[in-house]
Amino acid sequence: MNKLELQKMANEVRKGIITGVHSAKAGHPGGSLSAADIFTYLYFEELNVDPENPNDPERDRFVLSKGHTAPGLYAALALKGYFPIEDMVTLRKIGSHLQGHPCMQSTPGIDMSSGSLGQGISAAVGMALGAKMQNKDYRVYTLLGDGEIQEGQVWEAAMLAGFRKLNNLVVIVDNNGLQIDGNIADVNTPYPIDKKFEAFNFHVINLDDAHDFDKIRAAFDEARTITDKPVAIIAKSIKGKGVSFMENNADWHGKAPNDEEFAIAMADLERIGEELCQK
Amino acid sequence: MSEVKKVATREGWGNTLKKLGEMDEKVVVLDADLAAATKTGTFKKAFPERVIDCGLADGHMIGVAAGLATTGMIPFASSFAMFATGRAFEQIRNSVAYPQLNVKIGATHAGISVGEDGATHQCNEDIALMSCIPGMTIINPSDVIEAEAAVMAAYETYGPFYLRFGRLAVPVINDRPDYKFEIGKGIVLKEGTDLTIVATGLEVSEALGAAEMLEKDGINAEVINIHTIKPLDVNLIVDSAKKTGKVVTVEEHSTIGGLGSMVADALCQYYPTPMMKIGVYDTFGESGPAVKLLEKYELDAKGIYKQIKFWL
Repeated sequence: MNKLELQKMANEVRKGIITGVHSAKAGHPGGSLSAADIFTYLYFEELNVDPENPNDPERDRFVLSKGHTAPGLYAALALKGYFPIEDMVTLRKIGSHLQGHPCMQSTPGIDMSSGSLGQGISAAVGMALGAKMQNKDYRVYTLLGDGEIQEGQVWEAAMLAGFRKLNNLVVIVDNNGLQIDGNIADVNTPYPIDKKFEAFNFHVINLDDAHDFDKIRAAFDEARTITDKPVAIIAKSIKGKGVSFMENNADWHGKAPNDEEFAIAMADLERIGEELCQK
Repeated sequence: MSEVKKVATREGWGNTLKKLGEMDEKVVVLDADLAAATKTGTFKKAFPERVIDCGLADGHMIGVAAGLATTGMIPFASSFAMFATGRAFEQIRNSVAYPQLNVKIGATHAGISVGEDGATHQCNEDIALMSCIPGMTIINPSDVIEAEAAVMAAYETYGPFYLRFGRLAVPVINDRPDYKFEIGKGIVLKEGTDLTIVATGLEVSEALGAAEMLEKDGINAEVINIHTIKPLDVNLIVDSAKKTGKVVTVEEHSTIGGLGSMVADALCQYYPTPMMKIGVYDTFGESGPAVKLLEKYELDAKGIYKQIKFWL
């Protein structure tokens, strides 16, 4: 996909997020929106995956370690063709395959159940080791929150990945700067994030705008050139990106819009979509 | 008893892993810096490329095992019972059991028979922690022969397993031609009419010793070996309770949340029977030689005999 197509797709992902969270009357729009462009790039450019064959042993793997942003992942999977985008309105409802946090048993295309922060990256390390042991050349990607990296397990996993030189592993940190209790730098700062991953023997790429597809592409392309280390992409993003009143506001970490807010949010996204169509 | 052969069940874990490594190249062993103590060292020597030592990171180790399992590998994760179930509880629940992944957790150094290391390393709570996790199979073998059979059965059966092993060398009691291990099937080792002793792990041989002592007092005890704590062989226990009318459980584990609790739950529901739970009574262990500790906590044959006599 070219840049414009990716931008349009990302806007559809955002509409899916808002639709799902509004319908569920619960969920996590802020971090889903900040990662929407990353989800889009992964599923429409980067990952070697096929919705017709979701369990292909040779496929690339993606673990959403920040599992609460499942709405973003679900919307990307739906638009990729794993299931109908209309399913987004069933998010978090009884009987839905779209659980509040990713469940690999219920949703096609989910490679690992996640939601308890800090755990997904260990599973991703296990998948990367599994590829090495079975001489397979698939790649493993995992997306973490910047608040999530306060969890000690993240660094246990990073230590092993760096030590084992897992060059098939890409760790992405969605650095939107906010967690439930406020600014990550005020709660318990994880900064400097890049130097920490460097110290754990990662090749670090600072992606200074996780909403610019040229820059996203450059980061993932650079990651593919690294052969002797795992890669960490520190992706500077805006929490709530795309919805005016949610941007850079920690209150929208885990809250659903009411009907009125939903209308404003969708109008924001419709306007962005129309602007993209003018290009 | 001095001529009886004694081997620690952790040896069965180590031996069988090596056998499995030879049988199946998908078998992979994970350690948390305890390979020598947990006896996975034999596997490591034979298949160094299929060992992932995560170092001191038990929770992470379980997550790595989960990731490996999604790729079709068959991970056997090894640590001490305290850390495997305590430190890594949530990883086992959320990264292994919830996605129903094929991860086998082998925990050695369970119970107070760890000995000199003392309370921080003597886990009497692991069965309680594991038994409330949906879909978890729990096996606590009574000797090295049963331990080997349990590891093999875990390999042959898809799904998460918790295998509990001890550090202390214990009598080999299952060395007989008709011994058969089946997940979820208890074994009647001695038939009796006056009471039923349901024992697990190293307490099975101690319970047999206690039954011999009771015999001398004219009390004819039935002894059942429950190697699979979950799923529990409810039918066998209820049938025995119907026959004897009295049930005693014996385990090297807290009486809260272990075999005793599970047997009580079953009897409560299907055949309420007077029962007594023998185990570690809501307390921490302490340092000392393992055999002396089992004596002090009345978990050796004599202590079990004494407690049963007091109750009857």
